[in-house]
Amino acid sequence: MKVHEYQAKEVFGKYGIPIPKGRVAKSVDEVIAISKEVGIPCVIKSQVHVGGRGKAGGIKIAKNEQEVKEYAEKILGMEIKGLIVKKVLVASAIDIANEAYLGIINDRTVQKTVVMACKEGGVEIEEVAKKKPEAIHKVYVDPLVGMLPHKAREVGFFLYEDVKTAFACAQITEKLYKLFVELDSSLAEINPLVVTTDGDLIALDAKLNFDDNGLYRHPDVESLRDRESEDENELLAREQDLSYVSLSGNIGCVVNGAGLAMATMDLVKHFGGEPANFLDIGGSSSPEKVKNALSILLKDPNVKVIFFNIFGGITRCDDVANGIIQAKKELTIKQPIVARLTGTNEDKGMEILREAGLIFAQTMDEGAKKAIELLG
Amino acid sequence: MSILVNNDTKLVVQGITGRDGSFHTGQMLKYGTKVVAGVTPGKGGQKVEGVPVFNSVEQAVKKTGANTAILFVPAKFSVGAVYEAIDAGVKLIVCISEGIPTIDMIKIMAYLEDKDCRLVGPNSPGIVSSGQAKVGILPGHIFKPGRVGVISRSGTLTYEIVDHITKSGLGQSTCIGIGGDPVIGTKFIDCLDLFNQDGATEAVVVVGEIGGRDEQDAAQWVKKNMKKPVFGFIAGKTAPADKRMGHAGAIISGTAGTAAEKIEVFKKCGIEVGETPAEVAGLVKRALS
Repeated sequence: MKVHEYQAKEVFGKYGIPIPKGRVAKSVDEVIAISKEVGIPCVIKSQVHVGGRGKAGGIKIAKNEQEVKEYAEKILGMEIKGLIVKKVLVASAIDIANEAYLGIINDRTVQKTVVMACKEGGVEIEEVAKKKPEAIHKVYVDPLVGMLPHKAREVGFFLYEDVKTAFACAQITEKLYKLFVELDSSLAEINPLVVTTDGDLIALDAKLNFDDNGLYRHPDVESLRDRESEDENELLAREQDLSYVSLSGNIGCVVNGAGLAMATMDLVKHFGGEPANFLDIGGSSSPEKVKNALSILLKDPNVKVIFFNIFGGITRCDDVANGIIQAKKELTIKQPIVARLTGTNEDKGMEILREAGLIFAQTMDEGAKKAIELLG
Repeated sequence: MSILVNNDTKLVVQGITGRDGSFHTGQMLKYGTKVVAGVTPGKGGQKVEGVPVFNSVEQAVKKTGANTAILFVPAKFSVGAVYEAIDAGVKLIVCISEGIPTIDMIKIMAYLEDKDCRLVGPNSPGIVSSGQAKVGILPGHIFKPGRVGVISRSGTLTYEIVDHITKSGLGQSTCIGIGGDPVIGTKFIDCLDLFNQDGATEAVVVVGEIGGRDEQDAAQWVKKNMKKPVFGFIAGKTAPADKRMGHAGAIISGTAGTAAEKIEVFKKCGIEVGETPAEVAGLVKRALS
């Protein structure tokens, strides 16, 4: 789960990581009021879940009252990569002497949490990792002892020669690690970490992502979710314990299991079609779940054909079949349904569906081809 | 022969009195697995499918000599259950649970470092050594004893490919679902190494998906060390970037971990890649005929 910069900074503040003074605003009037609190010049930053906000004109420094109003009007409501800006962060402008990068992630290959530091700030760290990996200093943490003081100082002394600044950085590193572990973060990034002209260290930008699997124990983090910025159908699916990702094609796919769901999308594409979605109905799928899955698919106006690809293991084909029957009764389904059901209780499932007017397929290859043919 | 589980496997089922635990205990017994004990704290003394239930894994191991544990425990409690199994001294733990936070897995992996114990999963469908033992939730009827080793990050996609292999007339030595999470106890390379030494295995199928670089690392390992032909399939060619595709580990981060990248490394390292699940089985069939 992603949160906005202003939310990440609020979390940073709670953990004692220095951040510029500022608050979030939803209207031009609020921007003007906050600018008076934090002082002008101030920076107005769009809060949307995409990178490249600055290049798109979504971050501006206002040097006087007139510019505050002008930029607020311009940024609020603007569109960045398809997303409408509904909130901006208004913060005091900082005089920058030096920029660096500090980030923490879980390294899935090494299977440890790693702190990454880079003397260049404001960079795309993945790009640096590819082009100049030696520029990134990595400190792996033993999870059973946590962030040791000398490891944190290693980060500080890598980034800064000045002892006071290095120590301040070590403190920020310890706090960022504490936050990362305590809140089940999956990315905690300060980019850039800035030394001000007064010699202070401050997190000019903040990015926090959270491990979805850890959210159950952090209702306070879950409450930061910006529901407006997420795909409506994806949200609905999550609430119903379904895994759904919207795509741009016209063949709706209903599959049990994530791997098979991906393979089904790929197969549709392989035979020349375009999948409308990824949808995993999960393991022990009740008829209710199948009906819910269909009702989500039907909200996508692009879906012209529906393709069921079920390999029964824990999932029983008769449950899926009953779900389809129930959905046909309760929902208006105009699209043809191609069904490939195999595995546990396959015969019972086929028996239930015999009179339901579906198009059957023996294999997933045959199912994908039939679905494509039906598009005409 | 086979790897990881076989006729000598003595299984303890953690969470045996739950809905999934009791159902799959029955299924595993039916397959022929020696399920010797169950554990549900507070329910010691009961029986499930004729299997005695204990209050702790330690007791179960002492009384029955169990050497392998499988967990049917909700994610919230499965972290504690994994530590319990490690401390009880079992040699293999299979974790079916989905939804364990990554940081908890990182701690478990550090705890396991100096222990003589292997963890498979989490978010794994389990392991089947055809005709010998099934430790997991995979549907037993699709497997047939044979010469092909299968390693996969997913569940039903594995069944799909195993089914094709069986229908082509071949069978499987062992099939392992290593799990769809980003941090897992046993990786592709660990399994390839075991299959490389296994007399019963003549070819291996690696079923990967988007996210991470375990497939790429495995391919490099194959090029250097593998004495048997390896075939591959990668799911998620049509997956968009930065979207989690069901599995916690199935996510393209920016431009890293795409299917195209993995397929390219496979091909460079001499691993033939099937375009579809059916095609992978065809490649194996041709090679072993």
